[in-house]
Amino acid sequence: MIPNAAHKILVQGMTGRQGTFWTEQMIACGSNVVGGVNPKKAGTSHLGLPVYGSAHQALREAGFDIAVMFIPPAGAKVAAIDAIEAGAKMLVCLTEHIPIQDVLEIMAAARANGTRVVGPNTAGIVVPGECFVGIMPAFNENVFQPGNVGIVSRSGSLGTLVSLQLVQHGIGQSVFYGVGGDSVIGTSSRDALEFLDRDPRTEAVVLCGEIGGTAEEEAAEYAAAMSKPVVAFVAGRTAPKDKKMGHAGAIVTGDKGTYKSKKTALEQAGVEVVAVPSQIGTAVIRSRDVNLNAAAS
Amino acid sequence: MNFVEHAGKRMLEENGLPVPSGIPCSTVEEVETAAGRLGPCVIKAQVATGKRGKAGGIKLSNSVPEARENAMGILGMEIDGLPVERVLVEEQVRFTSEFYLSIFNDAATKSPLILFSAAGGMDIEESAATAPELMRQMPVDIRKGINRPAVHELLDGLDLFGSEEHIVEFIADLYTAYRSSDAELIEINPLGLLEDGRVIALDCKFILDDQSAYRQESLAEGGTPERLTPLEQRARDLGLKYIELPGEVGILANGAGLTMATMDAVTHYGGSPANFLEIGGDAYTKGRDALEIVLANPSVKSLLVNFCGAFARTDIMTQGLLEAWKELKPTIPVFFTIHGTGEEEAKKLVQGELEITPFDFMDDAVTAAVEAAA
Repeated sequence: MIPNAAHKILVQGMTGRQGTFWTEQMIACGSNVVGGVNPKKAGTSHLGLPVYGSAHQALREAGFDIAVMFIPPAGAKVAAIDAIEAGAKMLVCLTEHIPIQDVLEIMAAARANGTRVVGPNTAGIVVPGECFVGIMPAFNENVFQPGNVGIVSRSGSLGTLVSLQLVQHGIGQSVFYGVGGDSVIGTSSRDALEFLDRDPRTEAVVLCGEIGGTAEEEAAEYAAAMSKPVVAFVAGRTAPKDKKMGHAGAIVTGDKGTYKSKKTALEQAGVEVVAVPSQIGTAVIRSRDVNLNAAAS
Repeated sequence: MNFVEHAGKRMLEENGLPVPSGIPCSTVEEVETAAGRLGPCVIKAQVATGKRGKAGGIKLSNSVPEARENAMGILGMEIDGLPVERVLVEEQVRFTSEFYLSIFNDAATKSPLILFSAAGGMDIEESAATAPELMRQMPVDIRKGINRPAVHELLDGLDLFGSEEHIVEFIADLYTAYRSSDAELIEINPLGLLEDGRVIALDCKFILDDQSAYRQESLAEGGTPERLTPLEQRARDLGLKYIELPGEVGILANGAGLTMATMDAVTHYGGSPANFLEIGGDAYTKGRDALEIVLANPSVKSLLVNFCGAFARTDIMTQGLLEAWKELKPTIPVFFTIHGTGEEEAKKLVQGELEITPFDFMDDAVTAAVEAAA
């Protein structure tokens, strides 16, 4: 599922400092924010929008498709399950450091209710020129421009860099899909790749991975069957072994999850893996030319 | 957070699971006293690695003098790069068979996963490969909890020497322990079968989910602290994730992904990173502390600042960094590249305070920093 300007968005934790700042940015970028949730401020209004006591109440009174959470880790499970059980089609979970067993409970609730969870620890999704959900600099035209290259990224900061590199090469983006840096996430890199493969605006995809876990190896399996070109950058080639580099997922142990394992899997799937982010732009241009030529012949 | 065997077993015991009697000791004298109390015992090196047995870190002792001799050999040895500072002196247990059992947070099924094998012991990985039919797995619906008939089904057809009821009981109790301790993993290998049909945890590997540590404070005190350099410890105390590396280019970036990509780029252009340091996420207001930590490493010859603000606002990170710069007055060259949330303000701050113009392209900043450090 890819958000669009018609989707009704509910912001859980909208009245906080970060919730306020990012809700304003989302609205400025065209997102259809219908209200927020804060049990202590139910019935008031904030940024000219209604504040509800729960996602259940918001669904009854305004209806919503997508819930996005600005909620600290300790309260994340309750808020997420409120949104899921209220009937959210999609839950964008930005929160970092949620206890993993709470995440498993969120995932079980999402399975039972048919909710698409993105994250936790995602920076969100951007459709440049149309809408955005999350904490990405979607409003910064040096970073995001409407276009036809999709991006899948585990990291928000690296995703920002890659988006910037594309714009510096005159390439705009169809969708930026942040999947999140945690070890257990609702939407994998492979899932996001599939959404972009089916998205008619997307002509090529940049997969922005990092060491740890098996997300890139799994995405490679899907990429092998794609007709759209895929270019990848995998961060952490020079990371020391057995060191956790911040993201829960980014730990290298033994041969699993290493840079080499990911690079090999991606290259075997026909994906070009670049050595530094600045090579992404030219690699995308080259891959599209190759693909267009292939289609013409 | 890793727990060594005796700390993991204490957690099991507190959850009502059977473990042998044992006493952790850090001196030969303590071992003698413990061996005197327990009788025939096993001396087990307490380091968090799976290679203890093969490295000679586990020895049977049938008398106090033998326990003393074994303790002298094991205390102070190094296994898998880890110094043995403690041993567990444990009563010898007569067991007739060894099983394997673990419960962990599984990313693939997004559920707790139970793994059980009728062929446990030292060569579990090998037996899992050669006899996969003995290895059973089952995801648990975490909102419903464990379902005993499903556990019986999991074990169906395995030769368990009539101990199935006891094993199901043990698995159910271990699942309760997994939930109440916020485990990332609990692994019991071997799970020993006693002559009377009961089972007992002969070893325990327990990893506490770091993201749950805030609500498991007293449990976390029993974990093994990560081995950190003094500078890494100082950063940890300030709430920053910092790793000292052998190179010369100091790196300040936000977010783990961008920081690793910056390290990769420094290496790609012939340089060598002096550190990993993440000030993204909730830590983006700590620019001041971050600069202090990076500069405290005496091998840093140049500093590369790469900010790509998404959630982390580059203006706020830059502000903190410049405050520290004025205070510490470093003399090493610094190179900036700043993009994303707050970039206009951040660039103005750098130009105003340091009369330095940030690079438009990351690679230019990286190559400049690498050349300056050479």
